[in-house]
Amino acid sequence: MANVTIHEEDVLIREQGYDDHFHAHHHGDKYQTNFIFHYIFSMDHKIIARQFLITGIIWAIIGAAMSVVFRMQLGFPEESLTWIKPFLGKWIVVDPSTGIGKLAPEFYYALVTMHGTILVFFVLTAGLSGTFSNLLIPFQIGARDMASPFMNMLSYWFFFLAGIVMFYSLFLSTGPFSGGWVAYPPLSALPQASSGSGTGMTLWLVSLTLFVVSVLLGGINYITTVLNLRTKGMSLWRMPLTIWAFFVTAILGLLSFPVLASGFFMLIFDRSLGTSFFLSDIFIAGQALDRVGGSPILYQHLFWFLGHPEVYIIILPAMGIVSEVMAVHARKPIFGYRAMVYSILAIGFLSFIVWAHHMFMSGVNPFISNFFVVFTLIIAVPSAVKVFNWITTLYGGNIRLNTPMLFCIGFVSMFISGGLTGIFLGNSAIDIQMHDTYFVVAHFHIVMGVAAFFGMFAGIYHWFPRMYGRFMNETLGKVHFWGTIISAYAIFWPMHYIGMAGVPRRYFSFDTFDAFKHFTEMNKFITVFAIIAFFIQLVFVINFFYSIWYGRKMKTKNPWNATTLEWTTPIEPIHGNWPGNLPVVHRWAYDYNKDEREFVQQHIPLKEGEVGDH
Amino acid sequence: MENILVNKRNKIHPHKFALWAAMASITMMFGAFTSAYIVKQAAGNWLEFAMPVSFYISTLLIIISSVTLHISFSSFKIGNQSRYKSMLIVSLLLGVAFVIFQYFGWTELYAKGVDLKGNVSGSFFFLISGIHALHVIGGIAALIVATLHAYTLKFNVTEKRINRFDLVLNYWHFVDFLWIYLFIFLIISK
Ligand code: HEM
Ligand SMILES: [Cu+2]
Repeated sequence: MANVTIHEEDVLIREQGYDDHFHAHHHGDKYQTNFIFHYIFSMDHKIIARQFLITGIIWAIIGAAMSVVFRMQLGFPEESLTWIKPFLGKWIVVDPSTGIGKLAPEFYYALVTMHGTILVFFVLTAGLSGTFSNLLIPFQIGARDMASPFMNMLSYWFFFLAGIVMFYSLFLSTGPFSGGWVAYPPLSALPQASSGSGTGMTLWLVSLTLFVVSVLLGGINYITTVLNLRTKGMSLWRMPLTIWAFFVTAILGLLSFPVLASGFFMLIFDRSLGTSFFLSDIFIAGQALDRVGGSPILYQHLFWFLGHPEVYIIILPAMGIVSEVMAVHARKPIFGYRAMVYSILAIGFLSFIVWAHHMFMSGVNPFISNFFVVFTLIIAVPSAVKVFNWITTLYGGNIRLNTPMLFCIGFVSMFISGGLTGIFLGNSAIDIQMHDTYFVVAHFHIVMGVAAFFGMFAGIYHWFPRMYGRFMNETLGKVHFWGTIISAYAIFWPMHYIGMAGVPRRYFSFDTFDAFKHFTEMNKFITVFAIIAFFIQLVFVINFFYSIWYGRKMKTKNPWNATTLEWTTPIEPIHGNWPGNLPVVHRWAYDYNKDEREFVQQHIPLKEGEVGDH
Repeated sequence: MENILVNKRNKIHPHKFALWAAMASITMMFGAFTSAYIVKQAAGNWLEFAMPVSFYISTLLIIISSVTLHISFSSFKIGNQSRYKSMLIVSLLLGVAFVIFQYFGWTELYAKGVDLKGNVSGSFFFLISGIHALHVIGGIAALIVATLHAYTLKFNVTEKRINRFDLVLNYWHFVDFLWIYLFIFLIISK
C-alpha cells in the first residue's frame, strides 16, 4: 500500500511538476567531481548543512567541557584539580608544599568568557540556524539550492575561519579574552587592562568579525532564496513555520549584526589607533589614563542592539523547528498558523526596541528605562501566543511520543519557565536586585540555552533520516532526553534562589562573603548535575556518529508521514534535490487528519470540492 | 547551476535582490555610527569644526560619477558602444578622484588640529568618512573589473552582462547616496 502511494506521488511530480529546465547530472556534475569539491568545498546546501552541524557539535563539546571546569571551581573550590593539569597546563597552579592544584583566577574568567562566546555564536547561531536554514530552506520551498551556492559555501568557510582563530586564542600564553562574552570596555578596549585583554581580545575581535561576515553572507542568501526561489504554488502563506522562522531570523541577523560590527570597528580604533570612543576617566594602578571623552555606555548600546535580537536569532529557529516537528508527531495541523506567523513577526520587530533592558543598572536614565520596561513586557504577549498554540496543538493530538516529540515538549516547558523569569527581570525596579546575579544566569540558560538546544535536538532527531538516510537510536534518544531535562532543571532551578539572595555572577570565589556561605551545598549540587548533564550529552554524540554509519536505514521516502516537500525527494539525496520537475504546491503544510485522510502532502492537488489551506 | 536562477517568475534577479539586502545591512552599520554620534554628542564634551572645503568638491564629484555611470549603462543597453566605454572610464576616474579629495579633506582637518586621537567628535568624523571611503574603494574595484570587461570582451549586449552591469550601477548609486546622507548629517549635527 505504502509503496503504491509513493509511486503515485512520483508520477505526480513527474507529470504535473514544474519544469525549470534543470538538467540533473547524476555523475560528473562539475560541483561533485571529486572528494574535495563534494565534501569539503561543497556548494550543495545539504552538505553545507552537515558541515555547520558537525562543526557546531565539536564547538558544543569544547564549550560544555569548559563549563564543567569552572563549575568544579564553584562547587568544589577546595578540591585539587591537579588531574586536569595535563590539559590546562600552567592555568592549574599547583601549590608545591601541599600538591593541591587550583584553577588560576584569570583563567576562570577566560573560561566563562569563552563558554559564552562559543555557545552563543558558534553553537546556537551558526550550529543551529546555519544547519537548519541550509538544510530546510531549499528543501521545503521546493528549490534546487540556495540563490548563491557560492556565497553559501563562503558563509561556512568564514565561520570555520572564525573558529580557527578563536581556537588558536585558547593557547596563547596570556590566555584568551577574559572580559565576558559581551566584551564591555574598558576590559575590551585597553590591551593592558587584564591578561586576556591583549592578544586574546585582538583574536576575539578578528574571530567575531569573520563570524559577522559569515552570518551576513548566510542571511542574505536565506532571505533571497525564500523570496525568490519558491516553487510554483508555494505562496508565503503556504510556507511551513520553519521557513517563516528562518526567514525572520535572517532578517534580524542582517539588520543587527552590522551594528555589532560598527561597535567592533570602534573598539579596534580604541585599541589600536588611540581614539577614545569608549574610554574616559580610567585609572590603572593609581595612574589616570590620558584617554578621555568617551563613554563605555555607548558600547553597551551598540552591543545590546545586536545582543537582544541575537537571543531571538537563537530562539526563533528553535521555535520554527518545534512548531513543525510537533505538528508532524501530534498528527494535527499546527494550531493558529497565522497567529504563529504574526507572533514571529511581532517578536522580530519588538526585539529591536528592548535592548536597554540589559542596561537598567548601567546608569541609563531611569525615565528612559520605563519605555524599555513597557516594550520588554509586551514581548511576553506574542511569546505567550506561541506557547498557547503549542499546547493547543498537543491537546487531543494523536501523539507519537518519540524522541523528537519529547524534545518539543521539553522545549515548551523550558520556554515557559525561562520566559516567566524574564518578566521579573523586565521590570527595572526588580532588576535592581536581580541584575548580574545568578538569577539572570538561570533565566537565560533556561530560556535560551536549554530551550534552543532542545529545539536543535528535536530537529536533529527528526531530520536525521533526511540528512544521513538512517535513523538515530530511539532508546538512546530517550535516555538523552530524560537525562538532559532532569539535569537541566537540577542545575538551573536552584540558581534562581541563589540569585534572589544576591549572589553575583562571574565571581571566582565566594570565600570572603559570609552571607553566601550557606550556598556551598547548593553549589555542590549544581556542579554534580552539570557533570551528569555533560556525560548525558556524550550519549547523544555517540548516538549521532554511530547512526551516521550504522543506524537503521530509511526505507521509504517519507518515514514520518509528513506533508512537507523535503520528504518527496529521493532517499539517496541528489544534487538539485528533485530528479526531474520540481513539485508544484497545492496546499499549506499542515494537512493532517483532514477529511478522513491521515495526512496529505503539499504537492497533492485539491480534490473536487475540497477546501484548501486554513 | 546557473539555471536554478533562471526562473521566469522572478520580478527581480536574485543577485540584485541579494545586493539590496547587503545594502540594507551596510545602511544599518552606518545608521549605528550616526546614532552613536548623536548619543555621544548629547553627552557633551564635543568639539565643533567646519567641514573641509575638499569635501564639497568630492561630494560634487561622486554625484557626477553616478550620472555618468547611469549614462554608460543606458548606452550599453541601447548598444552605443563608444558612449558606454567613455562614460564608464569617466565614472571610474571620478570615483578615484572622490577618494583623493576625501584624503585632501582629512589632511586639511589635520592641519587645523582636528585629529583622530583628539576629541571624540574628530574621531567620529574620521571613522565615518574613512569607513565610507573603504566602501567606495570596493565600488572602484567593481568599476575596474567592469572597465576591463568593456575593453577586453567582445561588445555584446546580453541579458547576463546587463544584469552584471546593473549590480555595479546599483552599488555605485548606493555609496553615492550613502555619502550624501553622511555628509548632510555631518554638516547638520556638528
Ligand atoms: C518574556 C520574555 C523575556 C523577557 C521579558 C526578558 C527579559 C530579560 C531582561 C530584563 C534581562 C536583563 C537582566 C539583567 O541583566 O539584569 C534578560 C537577560 C537575558 N535574556 Fe531575557 N527576557 C525574555 C526572554 C528571553 C529569551 C526568549 C531569550 C533567549 C532566547 C533571552 C535571553 C537572555 C539573555 C541571553 C540574557 C542575559 C545576557 C547577559 O547578561 O549575559 N531572554 N532578559
Ligand atoms: Cu534582552
